[in-house]
Amino acid sequence: MNEFLLVIHRDLTSVDAKPSPEQMQAAIKPFQDWIGGIAAQNKLVAPPKRWDSDGRVVKENNTVINGPYAEIKESIGGMLIIRANDYDEAVEIAKGCPILQWGAKVEVRMAVVTA
Amino acid sequence: MEERELIPKVFRTEYRKIVAVLCYLFGIEHIEIAEDIVSDTFLAATELWSIKGLPENPTAWLYTVAKNKTKNYLKRNSFFEQKLSADIKYLTQKTEEIEIDLSGKNIADSQLAMIFTVCNPAISSEAQVALALNLLCGFGIQEIADAFLTNKEVIYKRINRAKEKLKEANIKIEQPTVSEINNRLDSVLTTIYLLFSEGYYSTGRRPESQNTILRKDLCEEAKRLCYLLIENASTNKPSVNALFALMSFHSSRFDARTNDDGETILYEEQDETLWNQELIELGTHFLNLASTGNIVSKYHLEAGIAYWHTQKQDSSEKWENILQLYNALLILEYSPIAALNRTFALAKTNGKKEAIIEAEKLHLADYHFYYSLLGNLYTGIDNKKALEHFQTALNLAHSSADKATISKNIDRLLN
Repeated sequence: MNEFLLVIHRDLTSVDAKPSPEQMQAAIKPFQDWIGGIAAQNKLVAPPKRWDSDGRVVKENNTVINGPYAEIKESIGGMLIIRANDYDEAVEIAKGCPILQWGAKVEVRMAVVTA
Repeated sequence: MEERELIPKVFRTEYRKIVAVLCYLFGIEHIEIAEDIVSDTFLAATELWSIKGLPENPTAWLYTVAKNKTKNYLKRNSFFEQKLSADIKYLTQKTEEIEIDLSGKNIADSQLAMIFTVCNPAISSEAQVALALNLLCGFGIQEIADAFLTNKEVIYKRINRAKEKLKEANIKIEQPTVSEINNRLDSVLTTIYLLFSEGYYSTGRRPESQNTILRKDLCEEAKRLCYLLIENASTNKPSVNALFALMSFHSSRFDARTNDDGETILYEEQDETLWNQELIELGTHFLNLASTGNIVSKYHLEAGIAYWHTQKQDSSEKWENILQLYNALLILEYSPIAALNRTFALAKTNGKKEAIIEAEKLHLADYHFYYSLLGNLYTGIDNKKALEHFQTALNLAHSSADKATISKNIDRLLN
């Protein structure tokens, strides 16, 4: 088994980034069910935390910019660590992420085991 | 109450109190001396009471005799002067002045100290439960052997080995400090919950009448120990209240879950008028008390699940809550049973088809419960597959109660 980092990237600047309470509610259940399903397979290493959308970006020369990193369209919306045999299995799990249908992208990275 | 019934009851409740106080006084090194003195006291009581009848106040009689026997022992044994005296906590100037304090406060303090001593990770959880039954609950070796479906020798050895280990590790019998409570409360709660589960889930080959009484006793003892922690301000934490709530909810179904022949009655088929409403209310009360602070323990989540199971009526709200609680429980701590139950709840909320896909990802091929779940999910969707799964479950199941349950499912499918 290997560990994989799943990073969910979302566009935090668009209108969709500020969902209504109803939209939030509708989005939370599939997300919780997705995570619960991974945990039920004993493949959840580190559950996602909730991050605010405030954020700071630190650059060279001590430059600090307000807001999450937004030079590319997608900022980090969430992160979790899972256990999977290989990329195929990790990608299969990532495909279950319900936020994909709202335009999010999930980056999958395998942890390098240090000898 | 009849004398015949009263004596064992007095013996059990008073035995554990006096043992706790004397162990607390003597320290772990001399735990056998404490036990000997208490055994002597009860032997004297049995002999005298069988001739002269019960004294007016049996408890006071026992306390007086135990105090005198302790003082006599201390006077008699010169070794006390060199060895034991160094360990005794409330040592005064002279042996004669040693106060053997059997006040309610000191009994409670001693029992709390003993809980933290017995539930020490230095000994295996199996040994912790046996030792807890012996020292904290006043169960005899034979009763513990009955509870574990084994013989006296096994339990005797298990308990003695556990005591030796506690001595070797030099575990102190003392009031736990705040940091010890924070570090060790979890393992104390684990032992209490194990004790409860031993009573609640064990399906033994004992004679049924004896079986039910013994199992209820174990559950009651677990609740009593948990309540001792609630009564003490320093251990009255949200997770302790949550565990008490959980055990109350579970025990509310005790009378409804087996028939007169000792066969298991499934949740769906239970007569809910037999569910004990007082215990459900008690559970709700303590679950509310548990809802302070910002730590959600697994006992909170399990108590929440158990609460929703006290609502017999199926509703989407009920199963949605149960599903989300199982999701949270699995995120906190994986267990195969939670994974299976979560998938059952998923079928109730999101439909059987989705649940089948999720179930087949679980890879729990060693569990008959896994095949029972699949059998259940396929029922009405593909009855042939359902039957195959139930039959696999039947082959894997060991206990007669589990086999009977699975056979019932198969019969239902065929008719």
